[in-house]
Amino acid sequence: MHASLRPAVTVNITPNIGSGAASQAAPAALPLRMTISKVNFFYGSKQTLFDVSLGIATNKVTALIGPSGCGKSTLIRTLNRMYETVRNARLEGEILLDGQNILAQDVTLLRRRVGMVFQRPNPFPKSIFDNVAYGLRVNGTKLPLAEAVEKSLRHSALWDEVKDHLHKSAYELSGGQQQRLCIARALAVEPEVLLLDEPCSALDPISTAKIEELLVQLKDLCTIITVTHNMQQAARISDFTAFLLTGQLIEFSPTPQLFTTPGDPRTEAYITGRFG
Amino acid sequence: MNPRLRWRKFVSNFMLTMTGLCAVVAVSVLFFILGYLVYHGGTSINWNFFTKLPTPVGETGGGMANAIVGSAKLLLLASLFGVPIGFLGGVYLAEFGGGTLAYVVRYAADLLNGVPSIVIGIFAYGLVVLPFKHYSTVAGSFALGLMMIPITLRSTEEFLHAVPRELREGAMALGASKSRTIATVIVPAAYRGVVTAILLALARVAGETAPLLFTAFGNRFWSPGWGQPTASLPVMIFTYAIAPYEDWHRQAWAAGLVLLGLILVVNIVARGILARGIAIPRS
Repeated sequence: MHASLRPAVTVNITPNIGSGAASQAAPAALPLRMTISKVNFFYGSKQTLFDVSLGIATNKVTALIGPSGCGKSTLIRTLNRMYETVRNARLEGEILLDGQNILAQDVTLLRRRVGMVFQRPNPFPKSIFDNVAYGLRVNGTKLPLAEAVEKSLRHSALWDEVKDHLHKSAYELSGGQQQRLCIARALAVEPEVLLLDEPCSALDPISTAKIEELLVQLKDLCTIITVTHNMQQAARISDFTAFLLTGQLIEFSPTPQLFTTPGDPRTEAYITGRFG
Repeated sequence: MNPRLRWRKFVSNFMLTMTGLCAVVAVSVLFFILGYLVYHGGTSINWNFFTKLPTPVGETGGGMANAIVGSAKLLLLASLFGVPIGFLGGVYLAEFGGGTLAYVVRYAADLLNGVPSIVIGIFAYGLVVLPFKHYSTVAGSFALGLMMIPITLRSTEEFLHAVPRELREGAMALGASKSRTIATVIVPAAYRGVVTAILLALARVAGETAPLLFTAFGNRFWSPGWGQPTASLPVMIFTYAIAPYEDWHRQAWAAGLVLLGLILVVNIVARGILARGIAIPRS
C-alpha cells in the first residue's frame, strides 16, 4: 500500500551499498547495530513518521538529513525512547538493538547503551567533573570515577582544556566546550550507540569543526547517528545518509552516493538547494 | 518644532517622570518605615532588650528576650511542619501533576493562600488548643505552618517548572530514572529560587499576629515548654502598643524594629549563601 503511494522510493533495511560506491564493503559484510523496521509514529492523532525502515551499521556514522519538520529529530528520539517523555506519543513498528527489541527493554538500561547529545549544550548546574561522573554515579559504577572521567574527557578532546579546573562550574566553559562536555558525559557510560540531535546548530564554525573531527574519531568507540540540517556536514562526516521528507524515508545510501548520484528526484532537489 | 512633536515630547517626559516617581515612592516606603521605627524605638534598644524578661508596669528597664526566643521557636517548628509539605507538594505538582488532582491541589493552595490569617488562627484554636486545653507553641506553629504551605508549594512548583527541559532530558538520556532526575538535577537547579521562596514565606509569617493571639497566646515569662503558651514579637507589639503606658509604647516600637531587622538579616545572609552555588545562566 505504501509502495503505491511512494513509487519512486528506494528503501532498504540494509544500507544501499555497492551500486554506487565501489570502495564500500558489500552490505552483507556490514554488521548492523540497530535495525528500524516499519516504524510509524504518532503525536496524538497526528502521524509524523510513515513506515520508516533502515539499518544502522556498527561503528559507522549515519546522518539523518531533511528539511525542518521532516521527522528526523522524531526518528532519532525513538532510538532511545526519549519520545516517551511526551504525552500521547505512540510508536508502532520494531526497533532492534543487537537483535533485541528496545521497546521490550528496561528504559533506563536502554538509555545507558544508547547515549544522546542534544541540540543545545545542556550541562547540569554542577562542576565539570560531576557532569561527566553523573551517568556513572546514576548507574552505580564500581570503576574509579577520576579515571573514568579523565578517559571520557580525553575521548571528547576536552581534557587538555579543562584538566586544571575540573571543579569549576560547567557554565564557565564556552558553548563548544560545553557541547564537548556533553559528549564526554554521554561517553562516560560507554554506550554502544551515540545519538546526536543537531549537535552543532548552536555553535560557531570553529567549534563545529572540532565536533565534526571528534565524531569521526569516535566511530571506533561506538556507532554514531546524527541529525543535521547542514548537508555539507552530513557529507563531511557520515558514512551513510538517510534523507527524510514529511515523515517518510526517501532515500538511504552510502553518503558519497547520495550526494553524487541521488536515486530519487526529491533527494536531488533537496541537496541541490531547490527547497528546504 | 511643530506642535504635534512638542506634544509628544511633553507626554513622553511626563510619563517618564511619573514612572520614575512611583518607583522612588515604592522603594522609599521601606526606608520610611525603617526610619520611623528607629526614631521611635531606637532609644529602647539596648543589651537588656535582648537578654531580660519584661518588667511589671511602672518599672523601667527589662526587655523581650522571651518574645524573641518564642518567635524563633514558633518559626522553627512552623518551618519543620510547613516547608516539607509545601515543598514535596510542589514537586508533585511540577513533575507528576497534570490531571484533575493536580488542578484541584493547585486551586486549593491558591484558596488557602487567600484565607484570612485570623481564620487560620480559629482553625488552629479548634483543632489544637481546645483538645489539649492549652495555649501552646505547638498550636501557634501549627497555624503559622499552615500559612507557609501554599506559599512554599506554589513557588516550588514555579521554580521547578522554570528548569529548562534540556536538563531533564539530559539526565534521562543518561539512564537516570525520573525520581533520580528530580533529586539530582532538577531540584539542585532550582534550589536558589526555592530557598528564596521559603525565606519569603518565613518572613511573611514572622510578622503574623492574628493567628497567634489565641494559639500561642502570650507569656510574660519564659515559656516552660513546647506545650505551654509563649510570648512572640508580633503579639508583644500588639499588647504593648494598645497599652496606656508611654514606656510600653517605646518598647513596642523597639520590638517592631527588632522584628524587621531580624527578617532583613535572614534575607541578606540567605542571599549571600545562595550566591555561592552554581546557577544556571539565563539564555
